[in-house]
Amino acid sequence: MPIEKVRFTFLDRLIKEPVIYRVGRDFEVETNIRRADIQEGIGWVILELEGEQQSIDDALDWVRSVGVRVDPAVGDVVEG
Amino acid sequence: MSHVLSLRCKECSREYPVEALNVCDFCFGPLEVVYDLEAIAKSTSREKIASGPNSLWRYADFLPAEYNPAIDINAGFTPLIRSRGLAEQLGLDELWIKNDSVNPSYSFKDRVVAVAAAKALEFGFDTIACASTGNLACAVAAVSARSGMKSYVFIPSDLEAGKILGAAIYNPTMVAIDGSYDDVNRLCSEIADSYPWAFVNINVRPFYADGSKTLGYEVAEQLGWRAPDHAVAPSASGAMFTKIYQGLKEFEATGIISDVHTKMYSAQARGCSPIASAYEEGRFVIRPVKPSSLATSLAIGNPADGYYALKVIEASGGSAVIAEENEIADGVKLLAETEGIFTEGAGGVAITGLKHLVETGKIKRDESVVVYITGNGLKTTELVADVVNPVLIEPNVEAFEAAMAARAAK
Repeated sequence: MPIEKVRFTFLDRLIKEPVIYRVGRDFEVETNIRRADIQEGIGWVILELEGEQQSIDDALDWVRSVGVRVDPAVGDVVEG
Repeated sequence: MSHVLSLRCKECSREYPVEALNVCDFCFGPLEVVYDLEAIAKSTSREKIASGPNSLWRYADFLPAEYNPAIDINAGFTPLIRSRGLAEQLGLDELWIKNDSVNPSYSFKDRVVAVAAAKALEFGFDTIACASTGNLACAVAAVSARSGMKSYVFIPSDLEAGKILGAAIYNPTMVAIDGSYDDVNRLCSEIADSYPWAFVNINVRPFYADGSKTLGYEVAEQLGWRAPDHAVAPSASGAMFTKIYQGLKEFEATGIISDVHTKMYSAQARGCSPIASAYEEGRFVIRPVKPSSLATSLAIGNPADGYYALKVIEASGGSAVIAEENEIADGVKLLAETEGIFTEGAGGVAITGLKHLVETGKIKRDESVVVYITGNGLKTTELVADVVNPVLIEPNVEAFEAAMAARAAK
């Protein structure tokens, strides 16, 4: 089963939304939080997603559509 | 010889064996190389370093790979130049320019790739790869030509011609990706997970990053075995910035120099300033951005080492500084016109950042300063194409003299 390691960055208006719960419930993607930091006005969560590739892609598209930034967990792999 | 003990997670401190790994299995934190600094202190000395090769391998005791002359392209040990014209313009008594734009493939990336390639060969890889907006691609392609390793370089399809040529000339397998910045990132992550290659800034990243420590060692040696009061460096992923400081601190810990009081300043461009913006807003959370900057080699929206760069700023008492987009070319021109050094946009950001730091009083006239120039302007001539404006004359002396008189009257 495909696995992706991603980082979600939330701005304050989204911090109260159960985004990760909905990824599991609506897209049947298993989520496993590894590290997180929530501060005033901004927060991030690094997590592992496991599921069918199409389900992961759909889930990430939905996460982006609600305004959460999605990045590779390790940072950008493209460099200067 | 190398004095590596292990790899260690920078977040949860779990230890890992010395393998091609970059991420902690538990918390997904980045791994770093752990050295036996006591053993290094016993085995090295100023004299030993000074008698070493004229490349970054003079610091082999501090590096995670063994010196391998067969693949050495003489990266590092670049000039540290005492500034005159620029120092005078900015009002500084002791300004030094670390000119890393004269590395073999014309950027500091030759340092990190030299170490990554040496380690990749030790691990038994026969292929090195990278995803790059230019300089890294050039460095990977160059070292692969020298080492005989196969190389794959992935680039965005809209890269500047000078950077494409600067990599293509070494005949790597070059793949231009027609997609957004995020698309390039995503695809390269997938490829790195799927192929048994040394992807220099992914699976061998802990070793790769340590090549930049030599920018700290070299400056200390070239200053006569001392650390400067201030260091200004451009930041993209933040890795080079943090490693310069680590290099200075390791020299201190091993007794090569004393009293590292250097304040570290990270310079970014307005169009991609996730580290500097976090600093200005007083937070340690990096907010990733969609990059849009003339300083293309700094256009990294989600910097892997951004948090650690902020910690270096805090630990050293330095700060971050932002160059406006319309100041970048001016910074490039100022360095060229005052010092005869032609840098790329990242250098323009560093020079502009330095200027702001002096203007705001963070750097004082009588303090020693090093500014890092990390890439060459000849790869990105588009940035300053407007300087080409020769006086056109007929082929006779009268025409020349008339043109000069007209010019003088302006």
